[in-house]
Amino acid sequence: MDFLTFLQISDTAVRFAIPLLFACLAGLFSERAGIFDIGLEGKMLAAAFFSAAIAALTGNVWIGLLAGIGASLALSIIHGLASITFRGNQLISGVAINFLAAGLTVLIAQAWFKQGGRTPSLSDFGPNARFTSITLPYADQMEDAGALGLVYSELISGHSILVYVGFLMVPLTWYILFRTRFGLRLRAVGENPAAVDTAGVSVVGLRYAAVAICGILCGMAGAYLATALQAGFVKDMSSGRGFIALAALIFAKWRPWYALWACLLFGFLQALALRPDAVERLVQIDIPGQLLDALPYILTVVILAGFVGKAIPPRAGGEPYVKER
Amino acid sequence: MTVMQRLLGASAVLALSAGTAAAEPALIFDLGGKFDKSFNEAAFAGAQRWAAETGDSFREIELTSEAQREQALRRFAEAGANPVIMTGFAFGSVLGEVAPDYPDTKFAIIDMVVDQPNVRSVVFNEHEGSFLVGMMAGLKTETNTVGFIGGMDIPLIRKFACGYAQGVLAANPDANVVANMTGTTPAAWNDPVKGGELTKAQISQGADIVYAAAGGTGVGVLQVAADEGIFSIGVDSNQNYLHPGSVLTSMLKRVDVAVYDALTQGTDLETGFNVMGLANYGVGVALDENNEAIVSYDMLAQVYAAADKIVSGEMMVHDYMSDDSCPALEF
Repeated sequence: MDFLTFLQISDTAVRFAIPLLFACLAGLFSERAGIFDIGLEGKMLAAAFFSAAIAALTGNVWIGLLAGIGASLALSIIHGLASITFRGNQLISGVAINFLAAGLTVLIAQAWFKQGGRTPSLSDFGPNARFTSITLPYADQMEDAGALGLVYSELISGHSILVYVGFLMVPLTWYILFRTRFGLRLRAVGENPAAVDTAGVSVVGLRYAAVAICGILCGMAGAYLATALQAGFVKDMSSGRGFIALAALIFAKWRPWYALWACLLFGFLQALALRPDAVERLVQIDIPGQLLDALPYILTVVILAGFVGKAIPPRAGGEPYVKER
Repeated sequence: MTVMQRLLGASAVLALSAGTAAAEPALIFDLGGKFDKSFNEAAFAGAQRWAAETGDSFREIELTSEAQREQALRRFAEAGANPVIMTGFAFGSVLGEVAPDYPDTKFAIIDMVVDQPNVRSVVFNEHEGSFLVGMMAGLKTETNTVGFIGGMDIPLIRKFACGYAQGVLAANPDANVVANMTGTTPAAWNDPVKGGELTKAQISQGADIVYAAAGGTGVGVLQVAADEGIFSIGVDSNQNYLHPGSVLTSMLKRVDVAVYDALTQGTDLETGFNVMGLANYGVGVALDENNEAIVSYDMLAQVYAAADKIVSGEMMVHDYMSDDSCPALEF
């Protein structure tokens, strides 16, 4: 595999990794606060639809992004109501959200656009209706400036703004969770909510805040799919990425920097599956693409089985908090 | 009108029509969905044409899960719908079990052969149509590399790929065909993001024309092809209008004609094996005002000449499904 091919595959890997990364960080906030969230997939899907639909209606992708975040946030609040306020089963609420999003998006799309549960192509609504790729300064000149220049022009430059936002979210998440008072409390609420309550901090308030942040990040993941990678919504277009993000979260042992590497690894495996020719040239045997596609799940099972360190979830995860009287 | 009123109104209409129309035909759409801009939508268009011309109505259902196949078939048959038409190879085994239980009901299945006395099996010679669009790709390419992106990896889609590769090589023996499948599960029909990335991967391998036979995934392929300034080829329905000037042509599979014919024959549906190929206009290439500027006269002349040879039997296009192998392409 020559260097340029490697860069092209890495480029694809970044595009595949970003939706995973947003969703994975979303899950990180939620689960660190003790709220399991299987509904990442559904929130992404709802955000994908509303970002594309509103971008098509207004011709402005930024309003679309806000609408996508709003839709995802609304589903988050439902999840919060069910699992925090009414102390329901968090897994069941998450599954319900997935079903709700899968059905509602297609239904509303059909009612609004009459194109069979999809939005029209955003490229018909002017240049501002979707996120275009940004060429970083000097990227064209750097192309001939050796290997580093090629990395800059091929890999680092030429993504949409959301990709750079996604990467910035990793240090931001780390800072919020591990260097602020809010983050300390949020993590404590996922480990031992009773202690937080004793200290006079609202468990319910903290958990709602975590679920809301989760909604915002899922909204960005969905908007990235529908308005940056693609130009419009197609039914079920998230195709399981929310679940892969959950796998990445376990793989990353609920830590932000590990999450980045896990998502990049999973993205890279998916990207490799698209280039069977390059893989074959590299290892001299024909590896089926299906195996590469399945590897994220296999790796997660290996991690869960305890072969590579131990993945310990937040201790109070999945349990509604009941104040003792 | 409020939602509730609408619901009540709709159920009232349903109740009325259930009482009056005993031999209403029924149409079952496969998982891709009625408006997939492609295969199922073509079936719907055929049914609508029939409904508009005759003023009759038909019953329909869109499947949302595998488990509904048998349920939908039996419910329509029990309710007296006749004929019951279904789109998609996946109905094959289910229909084989259900059809003998309802000997008085006629069934029509598209894309699959079911050997029962009351079933009409319609299959298409997709390899012939794909051969023709492959020729156009072979003539149009400037990099001598063209791509194929399939949906779910099933023999039917390999049949498309194989015919396409033969056409490319017939028109341009030096050309290289890059073929990828999106996946191995039904989710592969609805993953435009992965379709788009596959297109980019094929572009980086030098492809300047991609042919998408991938249902909803193809929407992503055509979009990225238009964004990156290369040509694409649509499938099943005429998709030229999606990105005028970028979609070179579409491989037409006249599912609409098959459905229209079946509905027109009604309860007297002629059962048995029915092949729709180039000879009876079952497959073909799409030409309209959206692609007339990018298709040259010379290209068309060669395509028509090849079509004539295929129809007359002078030229044979290998069918992947006849022996599960392809002389022009390795999978």
